[in-house]
Amino acid sequence: MKLIFEKGAPGQHLSLMPPCDVPEVTLSRPRTEPLNLPHVSETELTRHYTALAKRVHGVNDGFYPLGSCTMKYNPKINEDMAALFSQIHPLQPEETVQGCLEVLHESEKLLGEITGMDAMTFQPAAGAHGEFTGLLLIKAYHARRNDAARTKIIVPDSAHGTNPASAVMAGFTVVNIPSGEDGCVDVEALRGAVGPDTAGLMLTNPNTVGIFDRNILEITRIVHDAGGLCYYDGANLNAVMGVVRPGDMGFDVIHLNLHKTFSTPHGGGGPGSGAVGCKEFLRCFLPGPVVTRDEAGYHLTVPEHSIGRVKDFYGNFSVVVKALTYILTLGREGIPEAARNAVLNANYMMKRLSEKYAMAYAGPCMHEFVMTLQDLKDATGCSAMDIAKGLLDHGIHPPTMYFPLIVHEALMVEPTETESQETMDEVCRVFLDLWDLAHQNPQALHDAPTRTPVRRLDEVGAARNPVLRYTGE
Amino acid sequence: MNFPAELKYTKDHEWFKDLGNDTALVGITDFAQSELGDLVFINLPQVGDEVIADESFCDVESVKAVSDVMSPCTGVIEEVNTELEDEPQLLNEDPYGAWIARIRDISACGELMSADEYEAFVQK
Amino acid sequence: MFLMGTYVPNTAAQQRAMLAALGVDRAEELFAAVPREMLVDRLNLPEGLSELSVRQKVSAMAGKNRVYPTVLRGAGSYRHFIPAVVKSVTGREELVTAYTPYQAEISQGILQSIFEYQTMICALTGMDVSNASVYDGGTAAAEALAMCRDRKRNRAYVSACADPQVIETMRTYCFGSGMALELIPERDGRTDLSAVSLGADAACVYIAQPNYYGNIEDARATGEAAHAAGARFIMGCNPIALAVMETPAACGADIAVGEAQPLGLDVAFGGPYLGYMAATKAMFRKLPGRIVGQTHDAEGNTGYVLTLTAREQHIRREKASSNICSNQALCAFTAGGYMTAMGADGLRQAATLCMSKAHYFAGELEKTGLPRVHTGEYFHEFVTKCGDPVKILRALDENGILGGLPVKDGILWCVTELVTREELDRAVSIIKEVC
Repeated sequence: MKLIFEKGAPGQHLSLMPPCDVPEVTLSRPRTEPLNLPHVSETELTRHYTALAKRVHGVNDGFYPLGSCTMKYNPKINEDMAALFSQIHPLQPEETVQGCLEVLHESEKLLGEITGMDAMTFQPAAGAHGEFTGLLLIKAYHARRNDAARTKIIVPDSAHGTNPASAVMAGFTVVNIPSGEDGCVDVEALRGAVGPDTAGLMLTNPNTVGIFDRNILEITRIVHDAGGLCYYDGANLNAVMGVVRPGDMGFDVIHLNLHKTFSTPHGGGGPGSGAVGCKEFLRCFLPGPVVTRDEAGYHLTVPEHSIGRVKDFYGNFSVVVKALTYILTLGREGIPEAARNAVLNANYMMKRLSEKYAMAYAGPCMHEFVMTLQDLKDATGCSAMDIAKGLLDHGIHPPTMYFPLIVHEALMVEPTETESQETMDEVCRVFLDLWDLAHQNPQALHDAPTRTPVRRLDEVGAARNPVLRYTGE
Repeated sequence: MNFPAELKYTKDHEWFKDLGNDTALVGITDFAQSELGDLVFINLPQVGDEVIADESFCDVESVKAVSDVMSPCTGVIEEVNTELEDEPQLLNEDPYGAWIARIRDISACGELMSADEYEAFVQK
Repeated sequence: MFLMGTYVPNTAAQQRAMLAALGVDRAEELFAAVPREMLVDRLNLPEGLSELSVRQKVSAMAGKNRVYPTVLRGAGSYRHFIPAVVKSVTGREELVTAYTPYQAEISQGILQSIFEYQTMICALTGMDVSNASVYDGGTAAAEALAMCRDRKRNRAYVSACADPQVIETMRTYCFGSGMALELIPERDGRTDLSAVSLGADAACVYIAQPNYYGNIEDARATGEAAHAAGARFIMGCNPIALAVMETPAACGADIAVGEAQPLGLDVAFGGPYLGYMAATKAMFRKLPGRIVGQTHDAEGNTGYVLTLTAREQHIRREKASSNICSNQALCAFTAGGYMTAMGADGLRQAATLCMSKAHYFAGELEKTGLPRVHTGEYFHEFVTKCGDPVKILRALDENGILGGLPVKDGILWCVTELVTREELDRAVSIIKEVC
């Protein structure tokens, strides 16, 4: 497919701007270089972007069991509700944005109840941004107590790569601890790792292999007893929302991925929202401003010992509107019902696929499970990548590949609660057929996909000789 | 798999070529490049950097991974092979020709193996 | 019991059948690993609602906001004209409901749109390489500082004339990383580089262009001074202004960043917005976040992939220089659509309209006794003196006009192409009455 720069012709344009109704002004040092933007008609523009959209697989196009990403259905009312707030300037007087502040305040209250947290900021724009923010809260907490020795963050080896990267950005040193054979925290290893230099622990629960760590209370107690704080990576909250709360597991600070758990769409990789919640004793460190309420209404205030902003204004506000819409829709009964069905669906698929595929850990799982295709690869030469590419030819988005790193030839499957039994039955049939195909005709899988707009792309060539923009050649 | 007899080797799969006068060339072995797969970039050290035996002094990237390269010896970077910046594939195509750095003022070496010892080591 | 929209398609009968296949009676049994004492008894949340009721409830909240027909306030968030075609193409469900393009074969639309966006950002800034975007202008600036840091150079010099929110975001990031941040003082609404001496630890100099007060800085001279001290030069530029203003590349910038919200994104109470980041060829490997590259498949078809990924957190983990994983793909898609719709001529027209109307308005305000505080050139924002800002802003407010933002020395006004000459004249006559 041609690039937009290769379409149209010089002179083609849309008629958008009126003539200037005041005397024209120019700069004394104007731009001298040409501005090489596309020149197309509105017809061409629409067709180009429509063609691009057709070359994308979204949740609306088909099954999308991308583990750890919670690709659930994105309700359409979310978009409508967000649009109601699109024309509000972020620096309007407080009394003219009471509706926006109510959205933030209500969201804080409802998400606080779901997570067991006392306060929340919506400034972080994504999960990684939330991690960074939460870790700075931990840093500020220790600094305020003049405990300069607490420089280390403990991260299990099964963690998302963002965890250690965020810890380093926040100025901490990372201590990796190995997982036990069951994929959970090795409690003895943790006990050996904590000490007077422990700033905190970062944990996902259910963890990245889809298992709820049954020792969670002991884990958070070990860290607290050593003087550290516990950070909850909310990537996997969908499994347990309304069933069990991070605040009750002993966590002090958390981030949520509103674009995952709370159904606001992912938008092809953003915008998201990485809201950060904390217990009361950390509230004074939150990025400012936060929303407070008194008889006169809602106000924007900066917490006393705020770490400072992590983003302009109040975060990805529209995304928060969508998440609030979703929570209001599901309500008290619907939130845990969604979690139960997410777990039920995952276990159902796990059971069906166990017929042929090896599971990295025994069930029951929570909202996702990890398969290991090492044996399949040894027997047939077909890797997790080959199976994934085979799925593409069936209109199915593959599971997350090669994560977590502690599992060889990993495929991580997360169906979410918004998929039906019929869909999952059909997808399981495809998975099982591909397993047979790997044995009968491995080359066919090495060659897959064949029905997609492009075949497997040369990533090595792309990295060795980077072509990162169109140059007209 | 190629194990030139005139080189020394580390357990982390670097090679070490003694040039005399406390100077040496270092690179990654044929075994290392085949395990790492197609390399797409190298983060070279800077001339003048002090390096320490058995500690990372640069890293190499494949499409899906990044791997530390450990220094076989303690010394100072005298020269780096800038050709590798534009052609990292040389590390795959000619690992013993594609030296990464020349190190001077070598004061100590880590544990180094002969070609035979290294060959036995990788075949384990 | 009938639950309101959980978006769970499976019927109770199907759920029972699936449970039976698992050999359990109730879904609760699947949560056996959760210690019983931790289980939530009853959430203190409202009952679920029908779509109609949710619509009414959220609409009632929106009704408590005030939408101003005329806006003369910017300060980091700008109302511009957004062509209808931009909204139409960016609402495509495939894009909205997709995630990061991990599977390139079925994500060519997103990947190509990012490649096109990268190309347009390079065209706009004159820089060699753009990333796929980051969260917003503030985080883009903060990430740019980190790009310049090394063992010997750990101090960032930041113009006091930059957006205070951007400066605060940089400070927060520096609190994390341990990088030192020093402000370059303001004089006459511009960066006074003569007030600081750039030391051997100077990693970079950051200025905004136009700056927070709308003023055009002497960027070339600043860049030369930064380079003379061995530091990098970062410019934070308004993307619409770039259509008529010297590019960061021409001014010698090593990194160009900025808030790309003006490129087709709603003001939306502050987000989502879009941070653009571009760099010279010498620095592009230090760019954080996603980058899309062009390549081909085995049959020779051109295609696009996420590339240079070994720089990123999911591979480098604690050795990554940034933790960012996502970009603002849908916002970048929107900005790409906007720049395509506008074209070079349209963007120049928009920039000229903004600047000309701002100058017209400044002239009229001066006649009413509200002269500019600063001298020299400006783009579409400027600061005027102001006797009683509260009185002026209230009078405008009562007439449906959101006036400028009160700042230290007066009022910071902003005029975009959306505001007509009649609206400006009306604002002036309202101000006349209260001054």
